[in-house]
Amino acid sequence: MIPAAFEYVKASSVAQAIALLNQHGDEAKVIAGGHSLLPAMKLRLSQPAVLIDIAHVAELKGIKTAGSTLTIGAGETYHAIATSATVISACPVLASCTGQIGDIQVRNAGTIGGALAHADPAADLTAVFLALGGTVTVQSAGGTRSIAADDLFVSMLMTALDSGELITAVNVPVMSKGQGAAYAKLKHPASRYAIVGVAAAVTISNGVVSACRVAVTGAGPQAVRQPSVEKALIGTSGDAAAIKAACASAGADMEYLGDIHASEDYRRAMVKVYAARALTDAVAAARA
Amino acid sequence: MAKITVTVNGSTHTSTVEDRTLLVNFLREQLNLTGTHVGCDTSQCGACVVLVDGKSVKSCTTLAARCDGASVTTIEGLSTDGSMHPLQEGFWECHGLQCGFCTPGMIMAATDLLAQNPNPTDDEIRHGLEGNLCRCTGYHNIVRSVQYAAAKMRGEAVSSQNA
Repeated sequence: MIPAAFEYVKASSVAQAIALLNQHGDEAKVIAGGHSLLPAMKLRLSQPAVLIDIAHVAELKGIKTAGSTLTIGAGETYHAIATSATVISACPVLASCTGQIGDIQVRNAGTIGGALAHADPAADLTAVFLALGGTVTVQSAGGTRSIAADDLFVSMLMTALDSGELITAVNVPVMSKGQGAAYAKLKHPASRYAIVGVAAAVTISNGVVSACRVAVTGAGPQAVRQPSVEKALIGTSGDAAAIKAACASAGADMEYLGDIHASEDYRRAMVKVYAARALTDAVAAARA
Repeated sequence: MAKITVTVNGSTHTSTVEDRTLLVNFLREQLNLTGTHVGCDTSQCGACVVLVDGKSVKSCTTLAARCDGASVTTIEGLSTDGSMHPLQEGFWECHGLQCGFCTPGMIMAATDLLAQNPNPTDDEIRHGLEGNLCRCTGYHNIVRSVQYAAAKMRGEAVSSQNA
């Protein structure tokens, strides 16, 4: 399969990529790893006239911590993130999540900015980003702005990004003492996309869960938080009984998508199972 | 059209390709390097794996135009002076293939794996090759083949019996 014809432009800077986006408008698509876009283009589900390649833009690279924030350049690959000593120590869930996306060839190509901008319903990073309560730094011709995780995902494959905007960096909190996060997924055996994936982040103060964020991916059209589970767990010890009780409402109030891999009912059942697993691991990490 | 200069298996090629040309089609159709296979064409099966600047990638999901200036290694680039690469020898000695369709991709993925981890466990080999599907062998002998190559590349004595 070969994509429909397009013009390929290799951008050398963020400014050039944004200028090209503004010049070509809806005719243009940005390509980073390309492992979502190129398959869609081969199937002619997407037929951009211009492809703006940002894979080589140096400004989009870099992984660093400043104070309580870990900042990852949007162009960093999953493999680079999964194997980064900085990420492993500052926010281990991000390393373990990126280390289980697809396979090594996918991880050598795919980028964190690309995953969040594409917002695939079965992406792993969307749920982890929501659970961590991160932000993306977004640049356009008019300057930069920040979008919170809770505001980024609008609907299936749709984000709050405006045309002419590019995600340049992803910011997540550095895990401090008493904080823990985990991601648990039921993966499709060939693609390793999440059939159901649940990310959880908890803070434990004086033996009590004082903060909790839980997000589900794979099960519906977009990654969504689970406010009822979060609320139910806060104020408890976070032990097995508390997690079981909190997860009774997991997935109760969200949209589902069924397909040949798993029905809506099966996904609904698995959300509860994987929410409990993610919370159990997150609590253990917070206590470690 | 894009003019690209790519070093493939040590030889530099300057070619003009359509912007939409995929790396696998450039290798197979313009350079006649047909050892790299097209299997699923959806970046799942791994038959098309090659190394770009030392990293394994699925060439069915990589634009040739992006590889301008890059160094590409295919299965044809592994043997030196007519002698097989340890991985090729391992697949031969340990019966790591039956139909052979997945083998070039398996070997290229294993090349990247052993470069990063010269002394892998069986589990690490299975995990490292999860992007490569084989419908014949059941993978068991592929793992033995990679262990054979790993041992040989570490300078240890090898035989198909102990891999």
